[in-house]
Amino acid sequence: MTALLEVSDLAVVFHTKRGPVHAVDGLGFSVERGEVLGIVGESGSGKSVTLRAITRLLHGAEVTGRVNWQGEDVLAMDTERLRRMRGGQIGMVFQEPMAALNPVLSIGLQITETLIAHTQLDAAGRRARALELLDLVGIAAGRTRLAQFPHEFSGGMRQRAMIAIALAANPALLLADEPTTALDVTIQDQILRLLRGLVDDLGMALVLVTHDLGVIAETCDRVAVMYAGRLCETGAVAPVFAAPRHAYTKALLGAMPGQGQDALVAIPGMAPRLDAPALGCAFAPRCAFRLPVCDTTRPALREFGPAQSSACHAAEALAS
Amino acid sequence: MTILLQAEALTKHFPGRRGLIDMARRTPRPVVRALTGITLDIRAGETLGIVGESGCGKSTLARCLVGLHPPDSGAVRFEGADLAGMSGGDTLGFHRQVQMIFQDPYGSLNPLMSVGDTLSEALAVHNIVPKAAIAARVTELLAMVHLPPDAAGRRPHEFSGGQRQRIGIARALAVEPKIIVADEPVSALDVSVQAQIVNLLLELRARLGLTLVFITHDLRLVRHMTQRVAVMYLGRIVELGPTADLFAAPRHPYTRALLRAVPQLTPGMRGRDAAVRGELPSPLAPPPGCAFHPRCGIAEAGCSVSVPVLSERNGDWPVACFLAEG
Amino acid sequence: MRVSISLIIGSVLLGAMLIAAAVPDWFAPFDPLAFDYDALSMPPSGEHWFGTDQFGRDVLSRIIHAARVDLQIAVFCVIFPLVLGGAIGLLVGWYGGILDAVFGRLVDLVVTFPFLVLVIFFVAVLGPGLVNVYIAVTCVGWVPYAKLMRAEVMVQAQSDYVAAGKVLGYQMPRILLRHILPNAARPVLVYAVTDMALAILLGSSLGYLGLGAQPPTAEWGVLIADGKNFFTTAPWMALFPGLAIVLAGLGFSLTGDGLADLLAVKR
Repeated sequence: MTALLEVSDLAVVFHTKRGPVHAVDGLGFSVERGEVLGIVGESGSGKSVTLRAITRLLHGAEVTGRVNWQGEDVLAMDTERLRRMRGGQIGMVFQEPMAALNPVLSIGLQITETLIAHTQLDAAGRRARALELLDLVGIAAGRTRLAQFPHEFSGGMRQRAMIAIALAANPALLLADEPTTALDVTIQDQILRLLRGLVDDLGMALVLVTHDLGVIAETCDRVAVMYAGRLCETGAVAPVFAAPRHAYTKALLGAMPGQGQDALVAIPGMAPRLDAPALGCAFAPRCAFRLPVCDTTRPALREFGPAQSSACHAAEALAS
Repeated sequence: MTILLQAEALTKHFPGRRGLIDMARRTPRPVVRALTGITLDIRAGETLGIVGESGCGKSTLARCLVGLHPPDSGAVRFEGADLAGMSGGDTLGFHRQVQMIFQDPYGSLNPLMSVGDTLSEALAVHNIVPKAAIAARVTELLAMVHLPPDAAGRRPHEFSGGQRQRIGIARALAVEPKIIVADEPVSALDVSVQAQIVNLLLELRARLGLTLVFITHDLRLVRHMTQRVAVMYLGRIVELGPTADLFAAPRHPYTRALLRAVPQLTPGMRGRDAAVRGELPSPLAPPPGCAFHPRCGIAEAGCSVSVPVLSERNGDWPVACFLAEG
Repeated sequence: MRVSISLIIGSVLLGAMLIAAAVPDWFAPFDPLAFDYDALSMPPSGEHWFGTDQFGRDVLSRIIHAARVDLQIAVFCVIFPLVLGGAIGLLVGWYGGILDAVFGRLVDLVVTFPFLVLVIFFVAVLGPGLVNVYIAVTCVGWVPYAKLMRAEVMVQAQSDYVAAGKVLGYQMPRILLRHILPNAARPVLVYAVTDMALAILLGSSLGYLGLGAQPPTAEWGVLIADGKNFFTTAPWMALFPGLAIVLAGLGFSLTGDGLADLLAVKR
């Protein structure tokens, strides 16, 4: 069986006045049906840009490589095919629901719009489906809620409404860009559980972009760790968290508080500049396991076990 | 143990906005109940965490503690003296002892002043060192937060978020305070940089014997950094206890929910049942009785009628829940 | 520092005007007030580049000499309202409350009248002449500066660096003058430079109407007023002063735009 979404050698370059900025560089990953893939990274890691590049929502950027959606090349799709894929087969949820929802249209109308664009339902069918969707995402009193406007919803409810809209056309894949970053921790917990439940019930796949390793650990099946636009490590959540094979993954885990450790292991220095990509490993200047080869040769992705691969020269040294 | 800073029955309300129609209807002006009856002792040398979600009043409490907001009622006392009763030199003395670190690394530094000027100003106003020694002291302060001496000549925009936070810490340390109130000092930073700042704060705490009030929404940080923690919900403290014990056996249902909701680093499936149902109520219209009762899994009839006060209730530390006996 | 094209062009234009105003005799080929009855209303030629007026005065020389007056108008018509409005805006933005309510009503009152009408009213009451123009413009023109300064001060007053100053126990004058004012003043100063373009137009308009600079002082508006009677026979008399006004206005506008980019506070 082929993967639902297969991305290989993806590169995104923004051409700015000060020269090219390599936001994503040589990225590859795949998403299988019904799984949850987490993409984790800090600011500037290219995780959000990647989501937008996949759906061709990036303007003014040069996107190269291959994005294969159910056997079709997304980067070569015409506008009409792209329109049917976005919102129809791939749903999207963003960090700021208030910015993604139209403030002057009722929630009901915004769900209906998606249904008109992607389904054959008549007016009565659309209303029934809209109510069903609100119920699905846990918004009570659907009839009243449909007539309300985004500003009448709380932050968590808005995010639920966004998810309802994204699910309207029964997508096979949901892309969620930091969907809980703007929310309080108890509301984040509700939304993550909702997303996980929807994946299990509807059999769709989910790509969850976040900066929080904790969100990944509890919600995702597999994880892809990004740094400076490049893929560091990817694999099933359990082995990656138990025994990271990339120095950055290990460092990021060590920097997370709340594991009962005596001191956090900070990563020295700061995020790298993307306008002058490193010759070798992008993480080398901040890395505790740095080898001479790290400065000169870009590490290739190597497999470690059946469900884990990493692009780190020091992968072997990490185990000890 | 001596008590350094005290909040005594602090209440702070802010007037909300009211539209023209409401004015015409003579609807009473809405009131944001940011803080209601907060009593809190901060002991010399301890690190106290204040944790809660948005609207719980933790930032307002921080600002009351450092004298930025005068409370509507109640008092802030430093070493027993009421802040509201101070004037002139006493107030300046209070500000020298009680400093603050801010959340936003971009807004908390004057963009037009060089780092050196920002630090020198604090030193000069409080006469910390003789004029001739100011430049040398600035260099020392920068070294304390691990910034190079040449940082003094540069303006804030030349620094990254983490570096700016270091400058903010240096500014607070310039006046050699006894206590620092840190309001979400690392929540705007990436995890890797966050760890640098956390480690710096812990290092300075140990080296200078600082008392630290650490305000955050991140329970993982509270567990890592603090000895005692106050959990806030909608303007009140609902539980106040030693961090390790409280995390191990939370007494208030809200604390329990909060701890369950925190994403853990151990891989494993998130269950379907959320840690707590419902939305955060608005501080404009807090529910009657215990503010948490609409979301509480064990609430009884009485919970919606009267407000539980913070008291021991046969336990080891105070909790504001009728059902937390023993 | 990004120096934009508009700033370069703008400052070249203003620089030319400034030099002409400083040392007009170096550039003006003739005495601007000298009559020459042998060369009445001469069209532009090799000798008189911009032609002569009905008294045989060299138009180019008069334009160059007028630069000093017009530059003075541009600067004074902005400086006085800037200082008055800035001070009012600073206090209103900081103290708010009743002061702000009174300020709001006062602003409502002033903006009800068209700007020029109100200025003409004041000049008519005080009598024509440049000094009275400055007084009139200050009475009316402080409003936009005060509004802008008030808004900027209110934004800055909410920022955390101001809170940090209060936590450090700084006195109010220090916070207001040393921290808030420099940050709040930048957009106001940028607006002021752009406003000078309008001030040039205003000064010329009042001159044209006979309310501003009085003849025989060479002023661009006055020159146009003089030339308007001969527009069909000697269009150069009004055309070239008009061109000078356009270039000066352009110079201030472009400089203002360029400064806006240059002075944008980096965060």
